[in-house]
Amino acid sequence: MAPIDENDRYDPVAGRPTLILGGHDFHAITEAVARPVEGKTPLAWWFCFLPSVALLGLLGVAVSWLFWEGIGVWGLNVPVGWAWDITNFVFWVGIGHAGTLISAILFLFRQKWRTSINRSAEAMTIFAVMCALIFPGIHVGRVWVAYFMFPIPNQMGMWPNFRSPLLWDVFAVSIYGSVSALFWYVGLIPDLATMRDRANTVLRQRVYGFFALGWRGSNRHWQHYEVAYLTLAGLATPLVLSVHSIVSMDFAVSQIPGWHTTIFPPYFVAGAIFSGFAMVITLMVICRSAFGLSDIITLRHFDYMAKIILVTGTMVGYAYGMEFFIAWYSGSPYELFTFTNRAMGPYAWAYWTMISCNVISPQVFWFKKARTSIPILFVMSIFVNIGMWFERFVIIVTSLHRDFLPSAWSYFRPTVWDVSCLLGSFGLFFTMFCLFVRFLPIVATAEVKTVLPQADPHAHPLPERTPVGDRLAEEGAH
Amino acid sequence: MATFGVLAEFKSPADLYRACERVRDAGYTRWDAHSPFPVHGLEGAMGMKRSKLPWIILVMALGGAATGFLLQTWVHSMAYPLTISGKPHFAWPAYVPITFELGVLGGALAAVFGMFGLNQLPRHHHPLFESARFARFSDDAFFISIEAVDPMFDAAAASKLLHGAGASHVEIVEDLP
Repeated sequence: MAPIDENDRYDPVAGRPTLILGGHDFHAITEAVARPVEGKTPLAWWFCFLPSVALLGLLGVAVSWLFWEGIGVWGLNVPVGWAWDITNFVFWVGIGHAGTLISAILFLFRQKWRTSINRSAEAMTIFAVMCALIFPGIHVGRVWVAYFMFPIPNQMGMWPNFRSPLLWDVFAVSIYGSVSALFWYVGLIPDLATMRDRANTVLRQRVYGFFALGWRGSNRHWQHYEVAYLTLAGLATPLVLSVHSIVSMDFAVSQIPGWHTTIFPPYFVAGAIFSGFAMVITLMVICRSAFGLSDIITLRHFDYMAKIILVTGTMVGYAYGMEFFIAWYSGSPYELFTFTNRAMGPYAWAYWTMISCNVISPQVFWFKKARTSIPILFVMSIFVNIGMWFERFVIIVTSLHRDFLPSAWSYFRPTVWDVSCLLGSFGLFFTMFCLFVRFLPIVATAEVKTVLPQADPHAHPLPERTPVGDRLAEEGAH
Repeated sequence: MATFGVLAEFKSPADLYRACERVRDAGYTRWDAHSPFPVHGLEGAMGMKRSKLPWIILVMALGGAATGFLLQTWVHSMAYPLTISGKPHFAWPAYVPITFELGVLGGALAAVFGMFGLNQLPRHHHPLFESARFARFSDDAFFISIEAVDPMFDAAAASKLLHGAGASHVEIVEDLP
């Protein structure tokens, strides 16, 4: 692979350019990550935080009004009983999936470049799952009996129906959130110890120290720690694939044309990774420039993420095409009508927004110039996020608004409370993310140190990069 | 005051690795290496046995899965046998997702809390934290500590060994009062 930055050095152990640029030593990595957390709160942070908190307040108002008045405050009507609520739920769960892909699946595949971005991607996962869990909770109408969803012994002797995909969903998403939080916390322990040992106030020392659990970098501890981390990655990998598969079964197990298809589980998982990586790029572009981390989160990282977006975007495009083929090939008139109506009916605008954002626009990532251009990456990541929100809206609403009986046909229009809930969930997400970047190390420093060439116990002092031709000549001479 | 042990500082992972091999070969058993990140292959240089954690995780994951399956079976076959959508009461294929999810939850909890148990964490106070130099273990310094409870322990001999193994600084650490 040709290096992106000609100034980078050659890693003699891995046999390729170093992942971290600038030839930093261990201490420089600690400094680069810890300084933003220890310094004075930048003004720009308040400009992100205060609007986010305002939107979070809007969520509080919208949800309170919803509880008071009932789900009629949303634009729901009789055939369209699910709309933005479940769209937002699936959208946020999907965002979370890239975090787990980066932290668990790329760990199992020994993709060392993940270390620069896994901490913030995992944080993104947890906050996205928090946003996602709101919607199934509040969409039930009578929220005071939401505990019916859980197998809690009660005076009525009543139990939930475990044979329903909706209940699988309760377990899948809540366990996904819990396991993601555990995984994230385990990864944080060594870095919390770093923050404790650098603390300049007693309060910081106490708080970071409490959560660092007295970590002392013991290699007898690291041994169990690495086993725990590897196993968590091994457990999180099938878990994350199962979660969006189960989310897709909320639709696929029902008998609504447009939902009842076997392609849904892999198609939803690909779409989830697609949208999640877009959100990672959105967040990383901002963090990287705001906190001066361009040597740690390099253009090579963006190049790799853009390739994943291209692959998963193309998989999603294939699924869109295959759905139409199956609708025609099945010979079912309802199925064919649903899909024709999706592309040419009253919601055609939503369908073509989705196709433009998800299938057409990511094709620029065939070009390396686009994959390594920060402005293009940022704009594309926003497009993909919009497109993937519309994908869920199209699947849910276009399949419902044309019922089997034409007399029941209707059209869904969002109300101000639908919009408030969606914007409010972004408020929750960005409030949490702002707090995260302010108080916790946003890069997994202990892990980044392991990918520096000098971390290898058999490493020699770092040689300057030799041109490829010379290197081959040397190898030939041996 | 009693002595906790000897603490030696090393400059690089490579120095730490070679020194660990020396301490291991000298026959010490109650000693440890401290580093900002897990040094690749150090468990071999320290002569450690494999971690028992995977067995704990296996048992707890299977336990979680069994709990999930039995809960669903008990609810639908015994506690609350309702026929819904014509599905049989013991519809075991429909129990697979929740069985799997609870297996994952059991395994994940065992991985984290089993690791804490084996490592005896949390332990917020430790004699090594009394050393001012030791705070840099979480940044860029590498340490070996040989504890006084080791049957072979002799402060002078241990210091000599560590100096000979390339330590840049060796100190005696007092035990907690």
